[in-house]
Amino acid sequence: MIRFILLQNRQGKTRLAKYYIPLEESEKHKVEYEVHRLVVNRDPKFTNFVEFRTHKVIYRRYAGLFFSLCVDITDNELAYLESIHLFVEILDHFFSNVCELDLVFNFHKVYLILDEFILAGELQETSKKAIIERMGELEKLD
Amino acid sequence: MIRAIRACKTAAEERAVVRKECASIRAAISENDQDYRHRNLAKLMFIHMLGYPTHFGQMECLKLIASPGFPEKRIGYLGLMLLLDERQEVLMLVTNSIKQDLNHTNQYIVGLALCALGNICSAEMARDLAPEVERLLQFRDPNIRKKAALCSIRIIKKVPDLAENFINPAAALLKEKHHGVLLTGVQLCTDMCKVSTEALEYFRLKCIDGLVKVLKDLANSPYAPEYDVSGIADPFLHIRLLRLLRVLGQGDAEASDTMNDILAQVATKTESNKNAGNAILYECVATIMSIEENGGLRVLAVNILGRFLSSRDNNIRYVALNMLMKAISLDSQAVQRHRATILECVKDSDASIRKRALELVYLLVNESNVKSLTKELVDYLEISDPEFKGDLTAKICSIVEKFSPEKIWYIDQMLKVLSEAGNNVKDEVWHALIVVITNASNLHGYTVRLLYKYVQAAGEQETLIRVAVWCIGEYGEMLVANAGVLDIEDPMTITEADAVDVVETAIKRHSLDLTTRAMCLIALLKLSSRFPSCSKRINDIILHHKGSFVLELQQRAIEFNSIIEKHEKIRSALVERMPVLDEATFSGRRAGSIPAAVSTSQGAAPKVPNGVFKPASAPLVDLLDLSSDDTPAPSSSGGDFLQDLLGVDLSPASSQGTNQAQKSGTDVLLDLLSIGTPPAQSSSSTLDMLSPSQGNKKPVDMLNDLASPSAPSAQVFSPAKKSPMMDLLDGFGPSPPAPVAETNGSTYPSVVAFESTSLKITFSFSKDPGNPQTTSIEAQFANKSPNIYSNFVFQSAVPKFLQLHLDPASSNTLPASGNGSITQKLRVSNSQHGKKSLVMRIRISYKVNEKDVLEEGQINNFPRGL
Repeated sequence: MIRFILLQNRQGKTRLAKYYIPLEESEKHKVEYEVHRLVVNRDPKFTNFVEFRTHKVIYRRYAGLFFSLCVDITDNELAYLESIHLFVEILDHFFSNVCELDLVFNFHKVYLILDEFILAGELQETSKKAIIERMGELEKLD
Repeated sequence: MIRAIRACKTAAEERAVVRKECASIRAAISENDQDYRHRNLAKLMFIHMLGYPTHFGQMECLKLIASPGFPEKRIGYLGLMLLLDERQEVLMLVTNSIKQDLNHTNQYIVGLALCALGNICSAEMARDLAPEVERLLQFRDPNIRKKAALCSIRIIKKVPDLAENFINPAAALLKEKHHGVLLTGVQLCTDMCKVSTEALEYFRLKCIDGLVKVLKDLANSPYAPEYDVSGIADPFLHIRLLRLLRVLGQGDAEASDTMNDILAQVATKTESNKNAGNAILYECVATIMSIEENGGLRVLAVNILGRFLSSRDNNIRYVALNMLMKAISLDSQAVQRHRATILECVKDSDASIRKRALELVYLLVNESNVKSLTKELVDYLEISDPEFKGDLTAKICSIVEKFSPEKIWYIDQMLKVLSEAGNNVKDEVWHALIVVITNASNLHGYTVRLLYKYVQAAGEQETLIRVAVWCIGEYGEMLVANAGVLDIEDPMTITEADAVDVVETAIKRHSLDLTTRAMCLIALLKLSSRFPSCSKRINDIILHHKGSFVLELQQRAIEFNSIIEKHEKIRSALVERMPVLDEATFSGRRAGSIPAAVSTSQGAAPKVPNGVFKPASAPLVDLLDLSSDDTPAPSSSGGDFLQDLLGVDLSPASSQGTNQAQKSGTDVLLDLLSIGTPPAQSSSSTLDMLSPSQGNKKPVDMLNDLASPSAPSAQVFSPAKKSPMMDLLDGFGPSPPAPVAETNGSTYPSVVAFESTSLKITFSFSKDPGNPQTTSIEAQFANKSPNIYSNFVFQSAVPKFLQLHLDPASSNTLPASGNGSITQKLRVSNSQHGKKSLVMRIRISYKVNEKDVLEEGQINNFPRGL
């Protein structure tokens, strides 16, 4: 199960944080800081997995943005790596060529996309098309 | 607003903008502004994301959720998920709104509500809303069905009892065609199997064939653009299916049999040049490893892992290492084949890979390959990253201790590790090393010479210095005399001055901590008797430390100085070589990890009026040291003895010969004090050290014990059943060594504090005369049943006028039918001493036959006057 999802830039500013487990506010900040420190200095040739406390962080870097998933130690790392990529593809499709600023100004939309993609710490939908269509429908209602 | 915040150049500016925005939002909230409410909340969420407090907006979320329109609800739920989590009480208020929305006619609103429920559901909400979610599992729109499935996962995780309600609808989801629903359905089933065996049985019986067919169809499905990931149809669904099959197949041969074919097909047919394919293969291998035995499949799986291991992609290598750890318990031979590759991975530049590989190597070691593997690891230690050294040394030390074929090899490897990464070595490791060294009597010379060499080369490693200094102190003469040279050694000449040099440089090094320097002083003392030619120089060094600012060093220096100058006669006996440390005792202590009890009886230390050679705070160890030498006859009474003690300078030793054995006994005490414990303790808790297993003794007792001279040293060794010291002392002592409990028994009787059908607890008491309020209690637990108790924990509570201090118990396992006992020390201070007597409530918990047992009781039968 996914514990939390973080989207951070290279400076460590959190652009999106979604927790599927209850954490104290202060604990969340600590986690964000620690995860950022863990992933930011790693060589691109290194694995995309780092052990973090009793869990594992799967991260992937896209330009200046780090997408980090914290998952159980027994979970399939490669699959989550693939799902990060799928999420980025969806964002890319939705914002047509996504950049960090899109995510800053439309942060609520990013959360909504995420809610269509992952729920309760598990993948909900794996079809890019289905999610984009669903978002289209929801946008119309607004 | 976001633009304004982004435009801020400094953090202070940003704070100002945020404060202003917060103020206006708060104003809007208090005016109950309907139109801008959702915009305000959106702003608030952004502010929250920047890390500012936003709790004042929580009620706004609830209001928005309760409003009828979709956009408002949408923002409201989003705010709910971001600003709140399941622990807040506000959440209680929202349960009703969610319930209404779950029953809403607009499916999008139902979707929103489900989404919120999935993310923040608490146990109470789970109970309240489970029926709604269950109903929604059959909703016509697939979007709702899949959301409901994931909500169900959250619900059964929060309240496992609800799982049985979901079994049927979950099984129905497995027949779905829609990928999203199928994916979530499979996940739901997997999680249900984890919380409910009933569900597991049901799915095993009813669903395996269906699942195999779904997987088969999926693996053979033609190109489907919607779900395609680099040429593979929906790898995520693949993985979820494989995972569910793994849960179902585990421990069930029939189920495993059904899925063999499809697993073989997936394992052979899946493309492995893309990440998605590898992810499936990896999951497939995991499934093959977990389900019931099938030789052919296992071989296939290990081959896949071998391929992974040689991959150039680090991610793939990482998962391969991960999986090999599981494979090793099934087929260690197959994993051993990849040993060379794995060893390479230990040296990888990536910390994640290194860590995995190291753990794997640790599992790979056995008697036959320990030498070669350790050599590789030790060699690598030289060049590894500093932050990796800690892990690496810990693993090497534990390998070496576990598999060491012979002592010389053990010593060699440990010394190498110490010289490379001595600063990362834990205390117990070098304590163990010293125990081994003392036991290897034919290697003393070799070891001390090797240490001498190493310490010349690598003087910065603290633990290396400690071991070296200790050994030079003990076996210094062997260093100089080249005694016991082994064939493999190069001859070397070391003068006495050289040996002293080493210790002197060590003691002068400021980076070293107190323990090491204290050990240096002891080594010097020992050398002073072994190397008469250097005695003067050693005395100078010791004198130098008489002015040390550190109390411990100063005190030792003064004591040692007086030994050198004034007690020429007894010195050589006093600093005799330590007797061989008992390995069994040491390992036993380590297993029980009994830290020496700390007591603060410093204030109660007896005042010695005739302070010729003792500083005011002279610890009792001195008394022992010197008194043992001068006890004229074992039969002398306590009073006489005290006089002897004080007049030690005047009455020369008379019975040198007979006291021989005891002197080396006290010598041990001295050394035990210096090595085993941090100095902070040894200065204040001498009493405890002397009887590490027997409870706090009062000085008076101590002196009484001294009257029968064998007692104190015998107590030190009482845990060591086979200690050679025991025999010597037994023959010598007029009375057999009596446990402290008995000597104290005359003052306060022991009581049976608690007795049930299964357990008996006996308390024995002792008191410190200088501190009548404090009672030391030694609790002894005995098992009356024929079963072994594990995880034994004793807890107690006292009223306010008492203060309780519990020391760790001697063990947490209680052997059956009274064949041994656990002891634990308690210290109770009674603030109303003389007015009220002690009372105590106790609780004992332990495991017997895998079942937890709890016993409670109250103790009122303490002897009066405690």
